[in-house]
Amino acid sequence: MNVIVEREKGLLELEKRIAELRTANESQPVDMAPEISALEQKYQEILRDVFGSLTPWEKVNMARHPGRPTSLDYIGRLDRFDELHGDRHFRDDHAVVGGFALLHGRPVVVIGQQRGRDTKENLRRNFGMVTPEGYRKVNRLAKLASHLGLPIVTFVDTKGADPGISSEEHAQSEAIARCLYEFTIARVPIVATIVGEGGSGGALALAIADTVIMLEHSVYSVASPEGCAAILWGDSTKAEEAASRLKLTAQDLERFGIVDEVVPEPLGGAHRDSSGSVTRVLAAIDAALGRLKALGPQKLVEERYRKYRRLGVWQTERREPIETSS
Amino acid sequence: MPAPEWLRIRRSKEGGKSDAALWSKCPDCGDVLYRPELAENAYVCPKCDHHFRMSAYDRISTIVDGDFVEIGNDVLPGDPLEWVDRKTYPNKMQADREKSGLSEAVVCGFGTIANFDVALGVMDFHFRGGTMGTVVGERLALLFEAARQKKVPCIVFTASGGARMEEGMLALMQMAKTTATVTRFVEDGNFFVTVLTDPTTGGVSASFGFQADVIVAESKAMIGFAGRRVIEQTIRQKLPDQFQTAEFLLEKGHIDMVVGRRDLKATLVRLLEYAAGGRRESEKRA
Ligand SMILES: [Zn+2]
Repeated sequence: MNVIVEREKGLLELEKRIAELRTANESQPVDMAPEISALEQKYQEILRDVFGSLTPWEKVNMARHPGRPTSLDYIGRLDRFDELHGDRHFRDDHAVVGGFALLHGRPVVVIGQQRGRDTKENLRRNFGMVTPEGYRKVNRLAKLASHLGLPIVTFVDTKGADPGISSEEHAQSEAIARCLYEFTIARVPIVATIVGEGGSGGALALAIADTVIMLEHSVYSVASPEGCAAILWGDSTKAEEAASRLKLTAQDLERFGIVDEVVPEPLGGAHRDSSGSVTRVLAAIDAALGRLKALGPQKLVEERYRKYRRLGVWQTERREPIETSS
Repeated sequence: MPAPEWLRIRRSKEGGKSDAALWSKCPDCGDVLYRPELAENAYVCPKCDHHFRMSAYDRISTIVDGDFVEIGNDVLPGDPLEWVDRKTYPNKMQADREKSGLSEAVVCGFGTIANFDVALGVMDFHFRGGTMGTVVGERLALLFEAARQKKVPCIVFTASGGARMEEGMLALMQMAKTTATVTRFVEDGNFFVTVLTDPTTGGVSASFGFQADVIVAESKAMIGFAGRRVIEQTIRQKLPDQFQTAEFLLEKGHIDMVVGRRDLKATLVRLLEYAAGGRRESEKRA
């Protein structure tokens, strides 16, 4: 049960009544505009009341909202997209979509994790949980981008890497570890956007980037709250408590220097204005690519190294030397 | 060669324990073993060959010739999330320090193995389940950077339950940090070996664990990405015993070799000999 979806049910009633009154108003001699405007005002008040400030757990649910724009909603709005398939070894994983694209006229390689909106699509997309074959496709496309000198644009949206038998048999660890390696050394600009849920190493495999963007109500976590609760307390139902401790919101992560930019969402979440949300995100990615273009390949890799080299909080008497020469 | 006195002192203190603590029951064959004898046998059951989990300093003493110069031990944990559940995170770590005698879940430094200079990183499951937080990532990063400057091979023994929950995303970012330093070390043509020991999972296996030039696994070690319990809950069935063992991974082609602990040092020496015979990438460029 999604707590955001539950809350929206009451609002849906109100939306329906406003729409009905509007239709009625057109065919009636009596002007109902004042009533409609009063209802609309009430609607906005409730919206602010319910969504004005969200707890971490509410944000987790917002990030998982079935109506929230997914990677393909962003990719679908690019000027052009030519999908490239498969890992060249075994299978084409539909939990990852990738290929050549034009973003505001700029050729890029785009890679996104794709979950489904309904049961049927979720089965095809494996709920956005990527298998080793999917990560090998990611790795291949990142190498291709490097080879051609094209920027890499990724969309992250996954609860985590697939934890199945086949994924273990096909070396999930190695597949993710190789993605991390490739993204670290890629001599092209990388912009990653956490559009929904970013879950653990399975998300990081697409998110080592020069610029990391997050939507206002997206979450990005060391483990899913359910997974964290299971690991620490042996009880996955304590997910809400885990969410409150993990510091997984865009605002927390910006403070830690893990996220570079937070793109605002409309009141009530990105799905209330999908088209506008997609427009804002694509503009932010384009602006980031514009800034990164000025850096040469050497400088890009060097800056990326420095960024990840310094992340963390520790105590020491010594001022640690950060290696600078590449 | 026997370990130097200071290293022996840092080894687990068998003598100070009560009589009961001097005996360990083998979880595999049930034999009751005298711990000082077990220690002499590199913590391998003489009856059934079960490999007990080793502490970092015990491990180091079985691998290096004698000298070991530790680095990064002044890098100590903070509490970035101000984590509290039943205990605070600093309190949890206090208990780990007392239990393990370590300041964090990895020990890094330089030593020689059969006269080869090497950088050595050894994780210890007895501290927070060997989980990787900021300090583990930072110490390993310092090790890879120093090894790159010295142009010496790097051997890392892994033992980890994955990323450390109590440091949240900062823990996950250590996968990126260690990878960054590994890439520079490896791309310069240096030799990187991991020895995966029981257990190695999650953020450690999915980063430097599987980025090495040669991946060795210790006999019967559990190695995987997802934990066994997580998989069983997901698929709602029990997994076969062999699943995710070192031997299973060897059969599937994920690792280079499975080695018993008593043959480990000799194996590492042979690997170091081969690597010393080649010419580094950086020398070829020069
Ligand atoms: Zn035994």
